[in-house]
Amino acid sequence: MMEKFEKISGIAAPMPLINIDTDMIIPKQFLKTIKRSGLGVNLFDEMRYDDNGDEIPDFVLNKPAYRSSEIIVAGDNFGCGSSREHAPWAIKDFGIRCVIAPAFADIFYNNCFKNGILPITLPQDQVDVLMKDAEKGANARMEVDLVAQQITTSDGEVFSFEVDEFKKRCLLEGLDDIGQTFQKVAAIDSFEAKASDARPWV
Amino acid sequence: MTAPKTLYDKIWDDHVADEADDGTCLLYIDRHLVHEVTSPQAFEGLRMAGRSVRAPDKTIAVPDHNVPTTLDRAKGIDNEESRVQVEALDQNARDFGIHYYPVSDVRQGIVHIVGPEQGWTLPGMTVVCGDSHTATHGAFGSLAHGIGTSEVEHVLATQTLIQKKSKNMKVEITGKLKPGVTAKDITLSVIGETGTAGGTGYVIEYCGQAIRDLSIEGRMTVCNMAIEGGARAGLIAPDEKTFDYCKGRPHAPKGADWDSAMAYWAGLYTDEGAHFDKVVTIRGEDIAPVVTWGTSPEDVLPITATVPRPSDFAGGKVGAVERALEYMGLEAGKPLSEIEIDTVFIGSCTNGRIEDLRAAAGILKGKKIKDGLRAMIVPGSGLVRAQAEEEGLAAIFKEAGFEWRLAGCSMCLAMNPDQLAPGERCAATSNRNFEGRQGRGGRTHLMSPEMAAAAAITGRLTDVREML
Repeated sequence: MMEKFEKISGIAAPMPLINIDTDMIIPKQFLKTIKRSGLGVNLFDEMRYDDNGDEIPDFVLNKPAYRSSEIIVAGDNFGCGSSREHAPWAIKDFGIRCVIAPAFADIFYNNCFKNGILPITLPQDQVDVLMKDAEKGANARMEVDLVAQQITTSDGEVFSFEVDEFKKRCLLEGLDDIGQTFQKVAAIDSFEAKASDARPWV
Repeated sequence: MTAPKTLYDKIWDDHVADEADDGTCLLYIDRHLVHEVTSPQAFEGLRMAGRSVRAPDKTIAVPDHNVPTTLDRAKGIDNEESRVQVEALDQNARDFGIHYYPVSDVRQGIVHIVGPEQGWTLPGMTVVCGDSHTATHGAFGSLAHGIGTSEVEHVLATQTLIQKKSKNMKVEITGKLKPGVTAKDITLSVIGETGTAGGTGYVIEYCGQAIRDLSIEGRMTVCNMAIEGGARAGLIAPDEKTFDYCKGRPHAPKGADWDSAMAYWAGLYTDEGAHFDKVVTIRGEDIAPVVTWGTSPEDVLPITATVPRPSDFAGGKVGAVERALEYMGLEAGKPLSEIEIDTVFIGSCTNGRIEDLRAAAGILKGKKIKDGLRAMIVPGSGLVRAQAEEEGLAAIFKEAGFEWRLAGCSMCLAMNPDQLAPGERCAATSNRNFEGRQGRGGRTHLMSPEMAAAAAITGRLTDVREML
């Protein structure tokens, strides 16, 4: 069972930089693990720590107001680059459950849904409003409601968002993809039989 | 009469095993490639649930990211975590009965080079791997894309992926390339034009005379970086070159199977009048040898240009360029050809094939690399290495002062000991120039093998056309 996502209310960290890539989210030296857990401490490692391993105070998640953020409001094309699922694993392990951006890279976007994280795409002007709200810090809690498909800022401003129905249901119910696909095994069996007649060389 | 279809439409339609009312499909996967970094958690998931691999005969594994490329690698991997990860793949391949090329096998190499080389990748197939550069295999007219580890587990267990169809995008490169311009310059120039998010939501079909004129290996270089443009996949319709490349490879069909495969492959093209949701056209004659100057693959300019100013850009890119120039240690206005380098890396799934090595050797023959430079050539597979030795290319590289390494991903992502130190600047034939990609604080300039070879000789970014 994946952790369900229905509604959260939490601190949102502003990260306006565009093209935040998966190498930034979790650098390669942390991909050597054979586990899914424990990556949160290395989330954004090279932006978060200096060469001695000490925290860089200016980095948003090191600021007292944002250390327990549950939401990231980000710049365009978040999660571009590698397919590494270590990126959403690190985000989730840190405690982030939702990322809001004008656009996401395809593989990262899909990987989020497999891990109980909700990525939300909104137009740039709406992200700009949420970015301003996030910049208010710890006193400003943002609410993300997946059932209603709505984000509410600390000022009570409401934005609606789109999400694929199938992906929404999986998040709401914490459904495991493989378990669901196994219910369709007869369709796979019959496709496989047909395909091996049509394309025996495959 | 049925509506005209794109090549992507045709491959998609032939692989849908199930379609739900909302358009969510189970897409059947013909080839699943596996490497050591993104698979251990997937195999562990199977074990925990008591599941097996549904189609082990369609599953091929090879370690590549972590493996040392130094000549003494038979002694084993020093870094314990890397060693554990490679050993986990050894064990998983044995336990689940999948095809495997271990480090000790001469056929070992980068997964995206081994797949085509061994004839696993064929036209019209669906190919996935827990690696974004799976797009490489699109060069054969197959639908190939990267997936996350949860999806790796899903494919291992069910041989399908849960997918919704992407939109169709056409990238046409017309006309002929000029001397010194390569497949790498095409693919970087496309990303420079469309941006790293320009392909998001699309599958790209590359076409046009300049694409047709490319060899299969050049086409792999083009498709390899489709992901850098944000696309789910990039593909190129197969032709006689494709079929010639596949014929006789160890896992290519033989005899009657070959004939029936050829009959099927003959239908793998985009129908006249098929709909594309987005079209980009670039004149082949307008493409110059290019390099990247920043920390995103879209930061591309001809080698004759100068470092841009942040104010040349708009929106969020202004801040990103300020950050990139600071990270790269570059001043706006500096000619790109005056940027001095201290490292050269030729290799990777983008440019680690035999033709890439021939191209580099063509520039390096009888020359020496600049004093004090560190330069390495890392062939994409053990077989590429063997062939380069047989053709005398290795001798040219060694004579020029290059290190001649064993096969692996190496300094493309620096998971093994091949890394840049902070502040080091590298001319690289790989695919990503992200901050820290080749080592913390390392600075990467992407380019073709010819351009990297030229830079090795002069010690600075160099227009290879001056050496032709």
